[in-house]
Amino acid sequence: MPNITYVEFDGTAHQVEVPVGHSVMQGAVENNIPGIDADCGGECACATCHVYVEESWLPQCGTPGEQERSMLGFAATAAPNSRLSCQIRVTEALDGLVVRMPEAQH
Amino acid sequence: MTERPIVIAGAGHAGGAAAAFLRQYGWKGGIVLVGEEPILPYQRPPLSKAWLKGEATAESLALRPARFYEQQKIEARLGQRVVAIHRAEAEVELASGERLPYHRLILALGARARALPVPGADLAGVLALRSAADADALKAALTPGAHLAVIGGGYIGLEVAASARALGCTVTVVERESRVLARVAGEALSAYLAEHHRAQGVEILLGAEVEALEGRAGRVAALRLKDGRTLACDTALIGIGAVPEEALARAAGLACANGILVDLAARTEDPAIYAIGDCTHRPLPLSGRSMRLESVPNALEQAKQAAADICGRPPPVPEVPWFWSDQYALRLQMAGIAFAPAQSVRRPAAEGEGFAVFHLAADDTVLAVEAVNAPAEFMAGRLLVAKQRQVPAAVLADPARSLKELAAGQA
Repeated sequence: MPNITYVEFDGTAHQVEVPVGHSVMQGAVENNIPGIDADCGGECACATCHVYVEESWLPQCGTPGEQERSMLGFAATAAPNSRLSCQIRVTEALDGLVVRMPEAQH
Repeated sequence: MTERPIVIAGAGHAGGAAAAFLRQYGWKGGIVLVGEEPILPYQRPPLSKAWLKGEATAESLALRPARFYEQQKIEARLGQRVVAIHRAEAEVELASGERLPYHRLILALGARARALPVPGADLAGVLALRSAADADALKAALTPGAHLAVIGGGYIGLEVAASARALGCTVTVVERESRVLARVAGEALSAYLAEHHRAQGVEILLGAEVEALEGRAGRVAALRLKDGRTLACDTALIGIGAVPEEALARAAGLACANGILVDLAARTEDPAIYAIGDCTHRPLPLSGRSMRLESVPNALEQAKQAAADICGRPPPVPEVPWFWSDQYALRLQMAGIAFAPAQSVRRPAAEGEGFAVFHLAADDTVLAVEAVNAPAEFMAGRLLVAKQRQVPAAVLADPARSLKELAAGQA
């Protein structure tokens, strides 16, 4: 199972195994990792599962869709490596992925 | 560390989230989650959409897998119901007679579907939609060619109408008010949605009140309207709102007024008892008013408030209420509450065919936004509402004016 590291805003890191086919957001929720709210449950409707993907991992995470790009354009603390973690599907190629959380999702 | 656990009465979205946040915030004692339904906390929003259409599984509905509750040491007591709160002893009583002592009690009791007080409402085939079991019953009835009558043009009714069309059913929506979503949307959105549903083959009757449901062999066969019309149907879905589950709190002497009264830390008037989610009546910091908010984001926000207060953490930053709905290929996103707006202004989406309606107060403060396939405008609107920005209608309506700059206060 791919290993994913979630880094909270204060630097606390959580390394967990996330099943292939789940989203990166689900991996955080199912392990009770603080910092990802996921209000809408993965519908790309709320932008409360915002993460920063380490640059080297961006290509493996795929291309954000139009909806995601539109939402991220207005996320309070968006950066070029921002993604909505509910839209990143976990594959074997993401083993070792590191994502960082913003200070707040709202 | 205390020996008594935190007891959460109600294992819906709010109750499940409260248990998770308590652990995130460092609560080391016991957590007991008591739920009436036989399943672990799950997502209700897909019940009227993906679940009906067969696009979701029990596993995908679950908020968290069963192992989560073991790992987090959350004792889930399913199929059990709290029937009384004994405040003096700080205990709840279950239907079985067992008593559970609590250090803190969180009431996450939810809401039930409002009953339609007309003859025939108890016939077979007259359904409501709150739980997964309700959704299963509805799903079984929505076979191709079946005629579904939806009583109430609210969000649940319209979402089910859209799903039923996708399943090949004939659908009639009967709404008492002069427009759909009369209580929860602006006039422009109501009109747009009614038109869209009609274009998708849904019959919408406005200003139509149901007088009785008529049956054949114990099963609903028709609706009789007050104007004398009769509408044949195989199934009727009642979607006329929800009633907060407050009886338990009321019986325990806690103040209720269309929901259990709580403050911004989700506290009731008893310092040991909190209430969260659909069962509460809560303050809205931006408007200075209080109301009942039936939404997942509200359930999560209040779960955070309660968990933070119990764990001695600073309260979470107040959020702007927001809602979403999916109907056909329409993604609706709404933020803020438009109490008596002075003006409403429409703005086309920067990308695609969508649009947003912004509702403004007399002093141009942005109160609310309703977006249809316009996610960027929704996000911008949510920011404008949160920051209580004042923007003239003409500026909002002008596609040449950047929403980003408006949200940042630079325009």
